Amino acid sequence: MARVDVRKTYKLYIGGKFPRSESGRSYAVVSQGRSQSFLANAAQGSRKDVRDAVVAARGAFAGWSGATAYNRGQVLYRVAEVLEGRREQFVADVIASEGVTRPRAERLVDAAIDRWVWYAGWPDKLAQVLGNLNPVAGPYFNLSAPEPTGVVGILAPQRSSLLGLISVIAPAIVSGNTVVVLTSEDRPLPAVTLSEVLATSDVPGGVVNIVTGRTAELAPWLASHHDVNAIDLTGAANAADVDWAALEASAAGTVKRVLRPAGDGPDAVEPDFAPAPSLRRMRAFLETKTVWHPKGT
Amino acid sequence: MPTGFEYAPAPESRGVVDIASSYGLFVGGEFVDPADGGSFKTVNPATGERLSDVAEAGAADVDAAVRAARRAYTQVWGPMSGAERGKYLFRIARLLQERAREFAVLETLDNGKPIKESRDVDIPLAAAHFFYHAGWADKLEYAGLTTGARPAPLGVIGQVIPWNFPLLMLAWKIAPALATGNTVVLKPAETTPLTALLFAQVCQQADLPAGVVNIVTGAGATGQALTEHPDVDKIAFTGSTDVGKQIARTIAGTRKRLTLELGGKGANIVYDDAAIDQAVEGIVSGIYFNQGHVCCAGSRLLVQESVAEDVVRRLQRRLGTLRVGDPMDKNTDVGAINSAEQLARITALVEAGEAEGATRWSAPCELPDRGYWFAPTIFTDVSQAHRVAQEEIFGPVLSVLTFRTPAEAVAKANNTPYGLSAGIWSDKGSRVLWTADRLRAGVVWANSFNKFDPTSPFGGYKESGYGREAGRHGLEAYVAAGSED
Repeated sequence: MARVDVRKTYKLYIGGKFPRSESGRSYAVVSQGRSQSFLANAAQGSRKDVRDAVVAARGAFAGWSGATAYNRGQVLYRVAEVLEGRREQFVADVIASEGVTRPRAERLVDAAIDRWVWYAGWPDKLAQVLGNLNPVAGPYFNLSAPEPTGVVGILAPQRSSLLGLISVIAPAIVSGNTVVVLTSEDRPLPAVTLSEVLATSDVPGGVVNIVTGRTAELAPWLASHHDVNAIDLTGAANAADVDWAALEASAAGTVKRVLRPAGDGPDAVEPDFAPAPSLRRMRAFLETKTVWHPKGT
Repeated sequence: MPTGFEYAPAPESRGVVDIASSYGLFVGGEFVDPADGGSFKTVNPATGERLSDVAEAGAADVDAAVRAARRAYTQVWGPMSGAERGKYLFRIARLLQERAREFAVLETLDNGKPIKESRDVDIPLAAAHFFYHAGWADKLEYAGLTTGARPAPLGVIGQVIPWNFPLLMLAWKIAPALATGNTVVLKPAETTPLTALLFAQVCQQADLPAGVVNIVTGAGATGQALTEHPDVDKIAFTGSTDVGKQIARTIAGTRKRLTLELGGKGANIVYDDAAIDQAVEGIVSGIYFNQGHVCCAGSRLLVQESVAEDVVRRLQRRLGTLRVGDPMDKNTDVGAINSAEQLARITALVEAGEAEGATRWSAPCELPDRGYWFAPTIFTDVSQAHRVAQEEIFGPVLSVLTFRTPAEAVAKANNTPYGLSAGIWSDKGSRVLWTADRLRAGVVWANSFNKFDPTSPFGGYKESGYGREAGRHGLEAYVAAGSED
């Protein structure tokens, strides 16, 4: 007789803990590809879950942004180490979630881990690359340096369930932002596995919060939330019933920084995450602070 | 209370400017009449006298300006080398310096700010902005904006600026846009259009190609027509947070780029070890400079409890010596409020402050009997929930709050939706840097306040807006982002 396997309950990841949705709801996640077989019941996050996640993210902001850049770099590199240890699990998740072949899934997982490593090296370089001394016309020391913008809401890509996910989370948190991530609606399982990685790799609870559920239901609450400083609309592409223009308009009410989805005109398309990234996604969630001080005796 | 020295009047001559009785719009390199012939008057806020009638641009005029800018972009300015573009900007910088006194007098007449400020701050800084950006035009690949590639311009930029620093805000907007290869349509504020129109003459003297700079005067409807125009690639706005939010809503879904420089409620933190007399001077320049019509004004004084009484007493003494009155007098420290509308807003918020229980003190000064004036004012006994502690007054009104510990100072400083500026007064370097790290504000002045420079990025956190102006960082607002992800 074959052994009966132990199946996992897929939950949210908020403030370093794994709660079910406060709404008690779940939704069936099925595999992609020819046979759409049942994979799991994912938690169907609610408005209240999003708000709890924002509270957790705000609570974690002072500590994470106040940590030394060297420390953030080490913590993020630790995540890559744990990702590598879970490689097989991610390959299985990506095959199931994206309906790709094993070799393709392996390439995607490797690219995702390597991308994380790339970003893990950035925290202690950003201020050197993006900051500078300004030669003002007067006896003043004047320095501009980047700082994290605060709490960032992220609509994760709908299709690229791991490489795309990592490509939007990592650039937001390297500089000290904390994030609330709405996962791919139909392909949330790699995100749940990622939350287990984050929970076991020294990332303080609340730095990354992951909410599974219906994007169209949750995104408006994130876009209008008064304690969210920025929103990444990448995952508006291919999301059912999601109008990125309406989300951008809603974000205007609190002067949020908006990273628009890729595409031309009203069309939102999911970008190809394979090419090497630029600074663009890190810059999108940075503020420049300029400090003046007189020189004198 | 000592009233200071008596000064004989030292009026600046207004003979240096020649104000026309009416002005058209500056479109395609020429002054043209508006399509529907509308106009409005601009007045001297210090006297109420009419200075000129200025054309009111409607949607058709804005469209003509955008077309002119597009034509100039595709045919002339876009293809031109950075080195050649730069030389035009150098010309403009020099012309502004050559005609500096004329600009200063005109600015003071139209705006109401003291001549010593327009002469020593606004105009020199505006010229410096053009000079600084002229040098960038052929060096953009060194600005660290894009990976490898030479940064590409965006196209036609729509710019809407406020009335508090009319020519300086024009320079902040136009200089970086032109240096990066864009063309512009700029709408000056309704109450202060004259120096922008004089700037149009400077563009003509510089032989700037037609359509590179277009100036459309008007009120909110003109600005709205500009922000809504489908052929504008980017909007740059400086003004109120409310209007900024409206613009962000308007352009949502259009993929137009946007930078916003909005309101503020800057905290000026005075620790007990600060050099108090220097701090008092800094507090004064923080909130009474330019009549407090400054988005980055230090409008909330956070003073450590142990020195609060002393600081407020010395501050009141100093305010008693400020000379409020004729902006054209070279001795004047505080000029006229820019408009009746702004005076009404200041008055209403000050009345709300009194009604909510804060204690008002206004400098005992004699105000002129015509024009718009408000005496430098201090509120003490202010709580964080009071409107005078939360809302931007944009006038010469300071709210004083106290704190006991550095952590409390930081918490109170950050306790507004704004995040534009802050000040720190302390003789202890470690405390200054500790505090600066924790303030959620785009510009932090330590042992100084209200300093500006073309090389120094300026802009806000949170609801004070996004994007930076000036410095290397300011160029980013006017170039295309890389397509890579």
